[in-house]
Amino acid sequence: MSDTEVSPRALKVSRGTSDKVFRGFVLAGASFSVAVLGLICAFLLFRGFEIFKDFGFSFFTSSRWEAAADDGSSPAHYGVAAMLVGSIVVATIAVVLAVPFAMSVALYLEYYAPQKLKRLLVSLLDLVASIPSVIWGIWGYTILMPHAMGWSKTLNSWLGWIPLFKVPVPIFERSPFIAGTLLAMMILPIITAVTREVYSQAPRDQIDAAYGLGSTKWGAIKTVVLPFGKSGLVGGTMLGLGRALGETIAVYLVLNLVFKVNFHILASVGGNVASMIASRFGEAGPYELKALMAAGLVLFLLTLTVNFMASAIVNRSKKAA
Amino acid sequence: MSEATPTENMQAETIVPSIVPPVNVPAEDRTSRTADNLEAKGQSGLEARGVHAWFDKHHALADVSLHFPQNTVTGLIGPSGCGKSTFLRTLNRMHEFIPKSAMAGEVLFNGEDIYGSDVNATEIRTRIGMVFQKPNPFPAMNISENVLAGLKLAKVKSANKDDLLEQCLTRAGLWKEVKDRLKAQGSSLSGGQQQRLCIARALALNPEVLLLDEPCSALDPGSTLRVEETIVQLSQSMTIVIVTHNMQQAARVSDYCAFFLSDGGPGRLVEADLTTNMFSNPSDQRTADYVQGRFG
Repeated sequence: MSDTEVSPRALKVSRGTSDKVFRGFVLAGASFSVAVLGLICAFLLFRGFEIFKDFGFSFFTSSRWEAAADDGSSPAHYGVAAMLVGSIVVATIAVVLAVPFAMSVALYLEYYAPQKLKRLLVSLLDLVASIPSVIWGIWGYTILMPHAMGWSKTLNSWLGWIPLFKVPVPIFERSPFIAGTLLAMMILPIITAVTREVYSQAPRDQIDAAYGLGSTKWGAIKTVVLPFGKSGLVGGTMLGLGRALGETIAVYLVLNLVFKVNFHILASVGGNVASMIASRFGEAGPYELKALMAAGLVLFLLTLTVNFMASAIVNRSKKAA
Repeated sequence: MSEATPTENMQAETIVPSIVPPVNVPAEDRTSRTADNLEAKGQSGLEARGVHAWFDKHHALADVSLHFPQNTVTGLIGPSGCGKSTFLRTLNRMHEFIPKSAMAGEVLFNGEDIYGSDVNATEIRTRIGMVFQKPNPFPAMNISENVLAGLKLAKVKSANKDDLLEQCLTRAGLWKEVKDRLKAQGSSLSGGQQQRLCIARALALNPEVLLLDEPCSALDPGSTLRVEETIVQLSQSMTIVIVTHNMQQAARVSDYCAFFLSDGGPGRLVEADLTTNMFSNPSDQRTADYVQGRFG
């Protein structure tokens, strides 16, 4: 017996025609979306390659964005440093403002709100998520900005000694702070939705255990729900961050585009890769167009990375649950 | 049976329950093993009067009156869906955490209705502890943090936490096994150890009553035995109510038994008596059929 060579039998699955057709159909759909992603990446790389070759690493470190002079006296120079920093600054402000708010909303919906109100609020939040970003931009410019400028002044007068809140010139219009505040509202629904989903899966038996030990609701949330939902919160935040990094038109309307690295968030100096591309695209010559493609690739890879990290973290938290 | 209506949020005040007299057993009928304990029983302890429970419109439990004498073990038995777990959860106001649930009747704890308007429900739960079906230590905490979690949650001060930790783990019969790894995660223990850890966690608040909801249903026979020993030990100093599906377990650990049954409608208490009587000479034929395994 033990001498006989045993090899596993080949198992053959014969599929029916309808199964084959459907399989082909869904496979095509799935491959198509991956292909589109790859093609976009390849297109941007192909069109922007010359820029990376010409400017090398200084494309990332320089803040100058200048087309060649018509008389040939100065060559073109392109660098995305200011815009890249601007993107990150604005997105960070958005996330910092949105996360505590989203956590409260998620906890309220899941553990405090009456069923009917909860359903109403959830659909309202979905509605907020569906507002087109140009509407956000117009609203942000006309309604939010006048208020936010007041907040900026207050912040500046109390906390102006911190470099972050310092303003070189007392102009508070169209600052990273205002853009970040607007973005915070825009990403609130997605962070809330993901966080709420994870909070709702917090193990009931552990919540019961906390209650059984004479815990208040807040105690049970602190002991069980928040530790359990930690990675969901991080995942939701990353998804929001991805959107905040890529947001174009709303930021374009409420942020003053200046090619200068700026960490004074209340000052009227800022930028963001996406809105920069939108603003330069119309009047760009062929060479600047290539630079814009290169900038687009940088943005694309940045948001792609953030989104991948987000889904990895969310998946990990689902497995843990 | 009285006409009972559910009152939202467990504020029961309009019901006049029909009171079934508490289990009253002549002293000479008491079993020898627990004779010493039973001497100590008085009118104190825990007593349910005309308790009803609802889940939304579903009437799950009707008109249960039962007395749990101090320092005794009462087993709640009956087939699935007869309302015994629901009844257990009305005894420390855990029932009200289920959305749209309601109850009626009174639960007297040392003579005071725990559903009274001036009673703090979270405080009641520190004095009437609970251990659940599935071992549920807090995964983010180590063994010692788990045992002492209740102090933090209920905001109770303790003079000497190390002593309390050792005392609770000893009473739960777990000290010897974990004393060298108190900083290990609670989830690193076996199922039976985890359940005893949960008992230790409940003991840290020094409750007068301990409610156990099928504490051994997820455990192997060896661990079950250890938990049962723990229960018998604990009943020297506290009142214990245990829901169990296991007739042998009820016979082994309980002084009194209460048999619940649902005839399709809400679950009701069929009878309650000394465990020895319930198993040898029940007054209701359905009890006899159930304890002898003819149904359920």
